[in-house]
Amino acid sequence: MTDELFVVEDLTVTLPTSRGPVDVVKDVSFTVGRDDTLGIVGESGSGKSMTALAVLGLLPPGARTSGSVRLDGRELLGQSEGELRSVRGNAISMVFQDPLSSLNPYYTVGLQIEEGYRAHRGGSKRAARQVAIEAMERVRIPDAARRVDDYPHQFSGGQRQRIMIAMALCCSPSLLIADEPTTALDVTVQAQILELLAELQTQTGTGLIFITHDLAVISSIARRVLVMCAGDPVEYGTAEQVFSDPRHEYTRTLLDAVPRIDDEVML
Amino acid sequence: MTLLRVRDLSKQFVIRGQGGLLARKASFTAVDQVSFDVALGETLAIVGESGSGKSTTARIAARLLDPTSGSVEFEGEDISRATGKDLARFRNDVQVVFQDPFSSLNPRYTVERIVTAPLTYQGIAPKGGRRAFTRELMERVGLNPDHSQRYPAQFSGGQAQRIGIARALAVNPKLVICDEAVSALDVSIQAQVIKLLMRLQRESGFSYIFIAHDLAVVRQLSHRVAVMSKGRIVELGSRDQVFGEPRDEYTKTLLAAVPRINPEWDRRRRLSKGRS
Repeated sequence: MTDELFVVEDLTVTLPTSRGPVDVVKDVSFTVGRDDTLGIVGESGSGKSMTALAVLGLLPPGARTSGSVRLDGRELLGQSEGELRSVRGNAISMVFQDPLSSLNPYYTVGLQIEEGYRAHRGGSKRAARQVAIEAMERVRIPDAARRVDDYPHQFSGGQRQRIMIAMALCCSPSLLIADEPTTALDVTVQAQILELLAELQTQTGTGLIFITHDLAVISSIARRVLVMCAGDPVEYGTAEQVFSDPRHEYTRTLLDAVPRIDDEVML
Repeated sequence: MTLLRVRDLSKQFVIRGQGGLLARKASFTAVDQVSFDVALGETLAIVGESGSGKSTTARIAARLLDPTSGSVEFEGEDISRATGKDLARFRNDVQVVFQDPFSSLNPRYTVERIVTAPLTYQGIAPKGGRRAFTRELMERVGLNPDHSQRYPAQFSGGQAQRIGIARALAVNPKLVICDEAVSALDVSIQAQVIKLLMRLQRESGFSYIFIAHDLAVVRQLSHRVAVMSKGRIVELGSRDQVFGEPRDEYTKTLLAAVPRINPEWDRRRRLSKGRS
């Protein structure tokens, strides 16, 4: 199989708590191919975000991990901070839920996009600035050459999330992890961002892990789906199988609970 | 019977204009000439995106904010400038349930003290004593009555929201204003709280103003729907009309943008569920 860009095997994350160690992610396995989208869905506390943070070595202090996480055959789990730093924002990028808290209010968005690019690729300030402008154009910020010098507060919520995506994509990562990237956005803006992500993926072939609590969003963007509950991977399959023929009772309960916009009958 | 009648309601907020500290003050119109009625026993949903003015409208209707102009009549009396006894009576008839249960419940109070607080402020002694009164209310909203001496932090988000609902019901209100009351809840918990809200209305016959950005939730529990955009109501009609035959362009855009579970997959799942 050529599509095994990213392989996670038996990933377990253990956090220390006042009542002793707790497994917040238990034996999670999945693969993501090039140009592929995996949706990870679950309710709060299901371990979906912890899975993403573990992959990037961004867990809180004291956390322990076991299993295997491989990108293009290279093991990431247990790597040194320096090694991981060369991967983060470069081969694997991440987009978070709240763009305002991910952006530094004191710096122009251009400087913030350039910073990550130069850290990984080096080169002149002028070249990095050109990369930033092109990245902003790619996510369709109008008048990018001028707006590159604006500050985060001068953009709308949807535009800020576009800038986060621009920042994540400027090093041409092979994998993009998006953790609830549209949850804080209005529904019309969410639709635009989902469309943008799908379009950029077709252009670049980036593998995408999309984490959300929203099953309808997962249905519209993911090819394969991992359902998590209390740290357990309860169901893993193609989106079509999980939505049309869920095997696990929890998945069925979850699907039954989603209110349908085209249907007034609550189950 | 019309319970609440809102006419030409506007709210302007003063903001600082362009040009720094010495700039002339400017104003921003958050709610612009809004009119609607709420009948006894019905649920009017007000939907819109952030900044549409839906929460400001609800806050004025609850007299938590004063309008710049326009009127709010409750049972035929204008309460938008009421004071003293008239205002106290209105506060008894109208209750609010907020989005974040934990920030709207005092963390240092027990459930009993929280739930009976509206009675305390109104100077009413509950029949049969506070303990029995609290137990009965807790049972009504699906909480274990033995937990009446616990604190908010000892409950989950869904349970805490039930405490907020119990507090609203303590004074037998005629109108309950829910401001994004189920938005912060996980989907399985959300479904349970929606069912609870609908059951309570069936049992007691009060009205809801249900403020929400989630159109799928609104479709489940509303009788009529007002769609707001930029401070104005752009469409107001029965639930089936607004969702089935939207007339306004903005409403159509909003409905089209809602993500949906693939309908073909969903149909197959329901079919196989019916067979097994």
